[in-house]
Amino acid sequence: MSDAAPITRLDHVSHRYGAVVALDDVSLSLPAGRMVGVIGPDGVGKSTLLALVAGVRRIQRGSVLALGGDMAERRHRAAEGARIAYMPQGLGRNLYPTLSVFENIDFHGRLFGQGPRERRQRITDLLTATGLEPFEARPASKLSGGMKQKLSLCCALIHDPDLLILDEPTTGVDPLSRGQFWDLIGSIRARRPGMSVIVATAYMDEASRFEWLVAMDDGRVIASGSPADLLARTGKPDMEAAFIALLPPEKQALHQPVVLRPRPPALDAVPAIEAEHLTRRFGSFTAVDDVSFRIARGEIFGFLGSNGCGKSTTMKMLTGLLPASEGSAKLFGRPVGSNDLETRRNVGYMSQAFSLYSELTVLQNLELHAQLYHLPPDDRPVRIGELLDRYELASVKDARPDSLPLGIKQRLQLAVAVLHRPAMLILDEPTSGVDPIARDAFWRTLIDLSRDEGVTIFLSTHFMNEAERCDRISLMHAGRVLAVGTPADLVRERGSASIEDCFIGYLAEAAGLDRASPAEPAAADLPNALPRPPPQRHLFDPRRLWAYARRETMELLRDPIRIVFAFIGPMLLMVAFGYGISFDVENLRFSAFDQDNSPESRRLVEAFTSSRYFSEQPPIHSAPELDARFRDGSVQIALEIPPRFGRDLQAGRVPEVAVWLDGAMPFRAETSRGYVTGLASQYAQQLTIERTGGGASSQTVSVETRFRYNQAFRSVNAMVPSVMMLLLILIPAIMSAIAVVREKETGSIANFRSTPVTKFEFLVGKQLPYIGIAMISFVLLVLVALIVFDVPVKGSFTALALGTLFYVAATTGFGQFISTFMKTQVAAVFATALLSVIPAVNFSGLLVPISSLSGSARVIGLSLPPAWYQPVTAGTFTKGLPFDELGLNIVVLAGFALLFLVLSQLLLRKQEA
Amino acid sequence: MAAFTQAPSPARTKLGLGTHAANVARLIVKELRSIRADPVMLFLVVYAFSIAVHTVASGASTEARNLSIGVVDEDHSDLSRQIVSAFNPPLFKAVVPITPAEIDPAMDTGRLVFVVDLPPRLQRDVLSGHPTSVQLDVDATAMTQAGNGSVYIQTIIAQEIASFASRNDLTIASPVQVVTRAKFNPNLQTSWFTSVMQVINNITLLTVILTGAALIREREQGTVEHLLVMPLVPVEIMLAKVIANGLVILVAAGLSLVFVVEGWLGVPIAGSIALFLFGAGLYALAVAALGILLGTIATSMGQFGLLVIPVLLLMQLLSGSSTPMESMPFWLQIVVQTVSPTPHFVALAQAVLYRGAGLSIVWPQLLALAALGSLYFAFALARFRRVIFGD
Repeated sequence: MSDAAPITRLDHVSHRYGAVVALDDVSLSLPAGRMVGVIGPDGVGKSTLLALVAGVRRIQRGSVLALGGDMAERRHRAAEGARIAYMPQGLGRNLYPTLSVFENIDFHGRLFGQGPRERRQRITDLLTATGLEPFEARPASKLSGGMKQKLSLCCALIHDPDLLILDEPTTGVDPLSRGQFWDLIGSIRARRPGMSVIVATAYMDEASRFEWLVAMDDGRVIASGSPADLLARTGKPDMEAAFIALLPPEKQALHQPVVLRPRPPALDAVPAIEAEHLTRRFGSFTAVDDVSFRIARGEIFGFLGSNGCGKSTTMKMLTGLLPASEGSAKLFGRPVGSNDLETRRNVGYMSQAFSLYSELTVLQNLELHAQLYHLPPDDRPVRIGELLDRYELASVKDARPDSLPLGIKQRLQLAVAVLHRPAMLILDEPTSGVDPIARDAFWRTLIDLSRDEGVTIFLSTHFMNEAERCDRISLMHAGRVLAVGTPADLVRERGSASIEDCFIGYLAEAAGLDRASPAEPAAADLPNALPRPPPQRHLFDPRRLWAYARRETMELLRDPIRIVFAFIGPMLLMVAFGYGISFDVENLRFSAFDQDNSPESRRLVEAFTSSRYFSEQPPIHSAPELDARFRDGSVQIALEIPPRFGRDLQAGRVPEVAVWLDGAMPFRAETSRGYVTGLASQYAQQLTIERTGGGASSQTVSVETRFRYNQAFRSVNAMVPSVMMLLLILIPAIMSAIAVVREKETGSIANFRSTPVTKFEFLVGKQLPYIGIAMISFVLLVLVALIVFDVPVKGSFTALALGTLFYVAATTGFGQFISTFMKTQVAAVFATALLSVIPAVNFSGLLVPISSLSGSARVIGLSLPPAWYQPVTAGTFTKGLPFDELGLNIVVLAGFALLFLVLSQLLLRKQEA
Repeated sequence: MAAFTQAPSPARTKLGLGTHAANVARLIVKELRSIRADPVMLFLVVYAFSIAVHTVASGASTEARNLSIGVVDEDHSDLSRQIVSAFNPPLFKAVVPITPAEIDPAMDTGRLVFVVDLPPRLQRDVLSGHPTSVQLDVDATAMTQAGNGSVYIQTIIAQEIASFASRNDLTIASPVQVVTRAKFNPNLQTSWFTSVMQVINNITLLTVILTGAALIREREQGTVEHLLVMPLVPVEIMLAKVIANGLVILVAAGLSLVFVVEGWLGVPIAGSIALFLFGAGLYALAVAALGILLGTIATSMGQFGLLVIPVLLLMQLLSGSSTPMESMPFWLQIVVQTVSPTPHFVALAQAVLYRGAGLSIVWPQLLALAALGSLYFAFALARFRRVIFGD
C-alpha cells in the first residue's frame, strides 16, 4: 500500500466529550484510492474519527490532513470540502423523512449549485443504479432500512466526491440489502477508480470486503493493514476471532468461547410459544403477515431479519403489548391477552433499546422490578444479591445506568428480565452494538439459562454468527416468515455455504416476487461520470439559500402540529387575550345596606343602582350578613347608610356613608373606587344645587376628561394591537428556534456541516419561510381584530405592514439566535417562550406604558424589538397615525432584524465541537 | 448458582385492591425518584414557587404608578403652580411642561399618557366664582392607567382648587361624607393579588409540564413498554404519575404560600391553607390528567412544547386569574366553566385565601373540580391505553 499517497493522515489526534475520551492519541495514515474499513464495536471512537476527517467536527488536539490540506484550516475546508461526501451514522440520518426520494436527492443537488437539468440527469442515473427508481415519489420515512441507506448514499454521491466517508452504513440492514449496498459501492468505484472510500462498521464479517482495515478499541487504533495481513498476523480464521486476538491481553483474558451444549429432552408436550396466523396491521401497512410457529420449552429460538421486518412487532404481540389484528398466540397453552397479568409473570422481556430507568441506580432498578413482580419481601434481597453476583453487577450497583458501558447495561437488562424467574425470555436484539467479548459472555449466560434452568428463550438478532448458536431460527422479511428450522437444516436444504448465504437466497427469492427486475444493474450499464461541476468557492450562492428555504417550507407544510401552531395558534390566542385580558370593570355586584330607609337614603341608593357599572343584588339587612355576603362573593360593592342619615342630612349635619369594596382583586377595587367617587360627587352636587338653588361656588371648575384614541374606553381597542405585538414575537420566534434545533436533534444538521452551504445561506434560507408564515398570520390577525373585535386599522396600513415585516424578520432572527446555543427542541421552545414573553408583556407597553418605565426596565424594553413595534400597532390601529410618524420605529426594527442575523452568524458553528 | 426449579411462576398474589394500591405506591416512589434525579425540573419548580412569585408580586403591576403627565399652564398663577406641584412621585413622573401645539405629537408618540390643560384666567375665575373648565387629555390605549389615573388627576385638581378656595375663605362643604373601605386588602396592594395568582398559575403550568414530560420521557426511552409487560395495569401507571407529580407541586405550592407569600412578601392569608390545598389536590388531579393527555398526543418533547404553550396560555388567560371572570362575554364564561377546571380553582382560591371562605361556601367549586377532574382522568386514561397499545 506504500505506493499510494495517503488520502488522510492523522497525527496524535485526541478528542474528548467532557470527561469521556473518544480518541486517545491516534496517529494513522490511510492510503488513497482504496476502500478502507474502520472496525470495532460501538463507542470506540470510529464516528469521531470519521467526522474529524470529513471536517464536520472541530479538531481538539493533533492534526488531521485530508485531500492534501490541513482540515483545521477554514480556507482548506471551504475550498476542498465539496470534494468530500459524508454520510452520518444511523438509518437515514441525513434524510428528511417527509420529503420524497426525489426531493431528498434534489435538495442535496441544489446545495452543490447544480442546475435543474443536471440534477434531473444525475438523480435518474443514481436512482437507476440503486434500483430506487420505482420509489421516486415515496417519502423517505416510508422506506425500508436498506432503501434508506441507498438513498443516503445517492444524496452523498450527487456531486461525484473524491472522498466518500460512510459511518456504519449497513447497521440494521438485512443481509441481502447489505450485499447489494456493497456491490453498489463496488460499481461506483469501478466507474470512478480514483475515489477513496472510508467506511466504519461494527460487523466483523464485512471486514473481508475492505482493502485496508483499521481496528479500533477504546479510542485507540489497535491494528491497521490489509485483511489478509491481519489474519496472518493473528493466525485466526475469521475477522471476529482476529479482532479479539488483537485486543490488549487483559481484555482477552475475559474472553471465553461460547459452547453450545445439547438441549435435554423436552419435559413437556405443551409448547412454550404457539403462534398461529399472527397478523398485525398499522393502518394500511401490514407489519406482520400471517406468521405461525411453535417453540418448545427450553429452546433457544432465533428470529433473524433486518430492521423493520416485523420482528419487534411479533415480539410485542407475544408479550401482549400489542393486540394482534388477526390470529392468536398462546404462551404455555394459554392465550395471550393484553390484560392477562398471570401470563406476564411467566415472561421476562428485554426491549430493543435500553429501557430501564436511567434516573434510578442499578440496585433501585432491580428493587423496583422485584416489588412490581411481587417477589416475597424476604426473598427480594436474596434474589437481587444472587443476580448482582451472577451478572457481575455488584461493583456498579449504586451507579446510574447512563454512566455504564453498553455491555453492562445489557447485562442489567437481562438481570431485570430474569429477576422474577420467568419460564420464558423474550429478547429483542439484546446484543446489538455490544463488543464481541461481552456478546460471547452474554450468550454463555443465555445457554446456561436454557440448558440448566429450562428457560425458553426467544430472541431476535441480525448477527449471523448468533443465529448459528440458536436451536432453531426463523428467517423473517417484510412481515413474513421465509423459513423455519435448525441452522444446519436450513443451510443443508438450500445447499448454501453459510446461514448468511442461505438467508440471502431466501431474501432474493422473496424480493424476486416483489420486484419486476430482480437483477441489479451492472456497473457497465452506468453512464459515465458527468463532467465535474466547477469548484464551488462562492461566498454566496442564492441557489443554496433557496434550497434551504424551499426544503424548510415543504417540510413545514407536511407537519400538522407545526402548521396548527403557526396558523391556528395565533388566532386562538388573539381571541383568548382579547376576551381574557380586559380592564373593563363592569357588572359589579352591588348591594345596599340601608339602615335608614328614608327618602334621602333611598335616593342615594338609587344613584348607585342606576349606574351602568353595577348590577343590583338583594339588599343586605345586617352587619354579619354584609360580612357573609362578601365572603361568599355574592357582593363586590356594598353601600352602608347609617341610621338617621336622612334626618342628619336635613339638619345640615354631614352624615358619613361607608362604601365597602371587595379588595380581593385590587385593580377591580381601584376602578370601582373611581366609580364610587364619581357617583358620590354627582350626588353631592345635585344636593347642593337643590339646596342653594344652583350655581354653588364649589362647582365652578369642572374637569373635562377626553379619552383620546379610544373614546368608548373599550379594553379590546387597546389590547388587540398589543397582543399582536406579543403573538408575533412568541410564535415566529419559537418556530424558527425549533427549525434549527430540530436539525441538530434529528441529525440532518450534518448536511449543513458537510456541504458548501454557508452560515448566511443556511440561516436566511431557514428564516424566509417563517417570515412568510408570520406575515400570513399577521393578515389573519388583522382580520380577527376587524371581524371578531371590531377594531379596524385607522392609520397607515403600509406603515403597519412594513413595520410588521421588519418586526417578524427580527423576531424570527431572535429565535434563530436563541437556537444557536440550545441543544434540544423542548429547551428551545421553553427558553424562547420565556425570553420573548417576559419582556414583551412587562417592558413593551402591554401592561405598563413605556413612558412610565424607568431604569433597567426601560433599558430592557428598548433593547428588544417589541417596545419599538408596539407604537406601530397602537399607532396604526387606534391612533390613526400616518406613515411618516412611525418612520423611526420601522428603521429601528429593520436594525434589529440585521442585528440578530449578525449575532446568529457569529454564534453558529459550521463544525461540531 | 443453584438451578431453579421448573416452576413457571413465582409467588402468586391475588390481584385485589390491595395489590393495585401496593403497585401504585411503588410506582409513586419510582416517579418521585425520577423527579429527584432531574435537576432541571427541580430547579424550575423551586424557582417558580419562590423567586418567580416574589418577582412577579413586586414587579410589573397594574397599580397606577409613574404616570407620565404633561401640563399646559396657560394661567401662570399661584393656583396653577399649586396644581402642578401636586402631581408628585411615586404616582407621577416629573411633570413635563408643554405648549398646546405639542399636545398631539406627545400623545401620538406615546411620550405622555396624560395632558392637563389649565386655561388662562383659571385663578381669576375660581376667585370670582365664574364657571370654567380644565381639560384633561388621556391616552385611552394605556388601559391599565387611563381609567384610574384620570380619577386621581380629577381628584387632585378638585382638592387643590378646594384648598386654594378655602384659603381665600370660600369654604366648600360637601353635604355627605363618603368613605370607601376595601375589605380583605385595605390598601389595595397589587402584590397581594399577583403573588397568590402566581402560585395558582404555577400549579397549572408545572403540573401539566411535569406530568406530560414524565410520560414523554418514558415513551422516548421505551420504559413505558417495559412497565406494560409487567403485571401492571395502565391505570396504575397513570395514577402513579398523576399522584406523584401532583404531590410534588402541592407540597411546593403549600410551602410557597407559607414561606414566600405569607413570610417573605407579608401577604396575610385569610382562610385555611388546608382547605385550599385540598381543592388544589383535586385540581392537580385534573391538570395532571391533562398533562398525560397532551403527552399521548405529542410524540416528542419538542411537539409537546408546541402543544402545551397555547393550551396553558388559554387556560390561564380565560380563568379569571388575570382579569375578572365577569368581564368576559357571558357565552365565553359558560364555555370555559364547562370545559376547564381552572376557573373553578381560581374562584375557590380567591374565596378561601382572600376572603376566608369555608367549606360551606366553596363546596360547589370542589364539586365542579371533582367532576371535571374525573372526566379529564377518564378521557386521558382511554387515550393512554389506546396510544400505548398501538394506533
